[in-house]
Amino acid sequence: MKVLAAMSGGVDSAVAAARAVEQGHEVVGVHLALSRMPGTLRTGSRGCCTIEDSMDAQRAANLLCIPFYVWDFSERFKLDVVDDFISEYESGRTPNPCMRCNERIKFAALLEKGLALGFDAICTGHYASILTDDEGNLELHRSLAVAKDQSYVLGVLTSEQLKHAMFPIGASASKDDIRAEAAARGLSVAAKPDSYDICFIPEGDTQDWLADRLGSTKGEIVDMEGNVLGQHQGAHGFTVGQRKGLSIGKPAVDGKPRYVLAVDVKSNKVVVGPARALAVKELVGSKFTWCGKAKADADEFFEALVQVRAHGEQVPCRVQVTSDQMIIKLDEPILGVAPGQTAVIYLGSRVLAQTTIDSTVSAVDDFSTASASISQSVNGAV
Amino acid sequence: MTVYLDYAATTPIRPEVLDCYVENLKALGNPSSVHSAGQKVRRALEEAREQIAKTVQCDRNEVIFTSGGTESNNLAIKGLFWEQRALDDKRCIILSAGTEHHATIDPIEWLEKHEGAEAVWIPVDEEGVIDFSWLENFLVEKHQEVALISLMWANNETGLITDIPRLTQLAQKYSIPVHSDAVAAFGHTELSFKSSGLSAMSISAHKIGGPVGIGALIVSRATKLVSLVHGGGQERGLRSGTMNAPAAKAFALAAKNTIEELNAETQRLQALRDQLVEKVESITSVAQLTSKHSPRMPHNAHFIFQGCSGDSILFLLDQQGIQVSTGSACQAGVNGPSHVLVAMGRSVSEAYGCIRVTLGTDSCEDDIQAFIAALPKAIEGALKAGIANTGAN
Repeated sequence: MKVLAAMSGGVDSAVAAARAVEQGHEVVGVHLALSRMPGTLRTGSRGCCTIEDSMDAQRAANLLCIPFYVWDFSERFKLDVVDDFISEYESGRTPNPCMRCNERIKFAALLEKGLALGFDAICTGHYASILTDDEGNLELHRSLAVAKDQSYVLGVLTSEQLKHAMFPIGASASKDDIRAEAAARGLSVAAKPDSYDICFIPEGDTQDWLADRLGSTKGEIVDMEGNVLGQHQGAHGFTVGQRKGLSIGKPAVDGKPRYVLAVDVKSNKVVVGPARALAVKELVGSKFTWCGKAKADADEFFEALVQVRAHGEQVPCRVQVTSDQMIIKLDEPILGVAPGQTAVIYLGSRVLAQTTIDSTVSAVDDFSTASASISQSVNGAV
Repeated sequence: MTVYLDYAATTPIRPEVLDCYVENLKALGNPSSVHSAGQKVRRALEEAREQIAKTVQCDRNEVIFTSGGTESNNLAIKGLFWEQRALDDKRCIILSAGTEHHATIDPIEWLEKHEGAEAVWIPVDEEGVIDFSWLENFLVEKHQEVALISLMWANNETGLITDIPRLTQLAQKYSIPVHSDAVAAFGHTELSFKSSGLSAMSISAHKIGGPVGIGALIVSRATKLVSLVHGGGQERGLRSGTMNAPAAKAFALAAKNTIEELNAETQRLQALRDQLVEKVESITSVAQLTSKHSPRMPHNAHFIFQGCSGDSILFLLDQQGIQVSTGSACQAGVNGPSHVLVAMGRSVSEAYGCIRVTLGTDSCEDDIQAFIAALPKAIEGALKAGIANTGAN
């Protein structure tokens, strides 16, 4: 196959490309320039997409003796990922930019361009596996390297995208194995630190970064009864489940910490309360996709597992898919789920589907009653 | 088989130049040393300086060796700005154009950010030609505030030639120094520094069959510059550091031989280039020759491929062994939209769709045929891929 290896300059994508070469594919390396004004050097594990990363990717491609190009996707990335991130926060939601990047850049814009230029597949350094079922349908599964599993952020891939995706390191047991393999292959990126932060926020402070773009407007921090507890500099800087940075002077009556329960950007209010009030028992999303073949009879509730964060735990649930929404009833409540987050549905290790969460149902009866007044305006959190 | 059609990026070193370079590298001696070994190397360096002076028609003392075009531009622009401002602190304006190379634009923007300069970009038309009447009016009004003008002799992307005599005549009325980046013009058109009216002019060796890492800034005797580097005071005090005699010698030989062949080679390359343009226009309707109605360099053909991304065409041609460019040397290997085309008022989509084909010493008819044979497949794929970055298809 003619394979386009997306090379970030990190160790995972370099080893993935190396394995694709070894499997006998005709591989071309490509680094995506996602920023118009890239920084020169990386600072530890902060950010990526610097010129240094591009050079690292090129050096790895040189060692693998494959052609290498840098393609500019900065404009698309800004429109589809960065602007989306800002507008989601602006509407009080919590987006996952890596997911958007996979959905709209790597497996959309890049894949489309690759196919048009004669490639058969895109190869990336994601930790996830593509398997084939008995009928020949492609399925996305969790990686064997459980700690590094990235199947969650790939949950947006459709059958058509899976057909053209290759994850050569998905079957590896751990990141250490990948680093050891990179070192054995003489790839200088073997010991390069992992990136943890959002790549376009190199300083790592999301709140500051958002404040620069969305401005700061003083607003109230209120409790579930609507009592004013303090002030904040802009509701969009808060995320459901957040505990730190609330700046409330006096402690709660019960002495326990308070968490953000809801963010209302319209009235610029942040609602806080006890941890137990964060518990939700149901998630609902109207935008959903199947990852691979759709499940038959999904209009009846079926048992599955759901994950709502990239490295979060999976929770048993029952799922129903109607023509216009996906309803996820959790067997046990989970804490702090924000609208905008993605719920990925698993059947065992297989990724079945995903939806962007529009609204949640509280697992706490008194919260449901007490918060009835705020729920009207708070992003569908009922 | 590979076909190299990117001579504006760099050129193959001429065989006789390589021999000369290697031979001179063997010589022991620092040109600043007083003993006879040093004097011998100094002699080689000064022979090179004289030779360069002959090829660009200037005085030998006006040749300041540098590491290449970028350093020459930095020395000219920053050096002139600091000198002029020291004479009169009102002189803060640097006039240039948005179609210049980054080696001109970036030093100007740096001066703007750090040294209180004011960059004024002269408007250009859709062909990239600067608006002389705008410039004339601007100078009438603001000449006392202008520190310098910097405009390239020929554009490195589009090949467009600037009317340097007209520019310097205008500037001389107000005694404003003019610098020209002549890196893309040198070796392809006759340059006479003496009659150009310029205060400073940048040239580089690796664009004319010489080695990378050596160039020169020609600085007229009457022009004073503030140096960027300080040390032993070499090169009229403008470029301290041990002088690179072997590279200078190789540069001089490349310049001499290139200029000797200039007339014949210009005619040959222009005929090949015209043949290429004609064939491109006959096989596709999506290609549009840039700056078609203006004087251009004889070895350059620059196209906008409507609806295509230049990097798709480049990739598909490269796969077939044809090496061209999307334009100016890229930053970190990224082929973004051409800032030159954007400055000419072209859309971002068009600025993404550029391909520059440049010919040189080894180019022949077979190369043109190979390019033309490979092009349809490249255009077909590139049209299919669209302009992925802007989402336009």
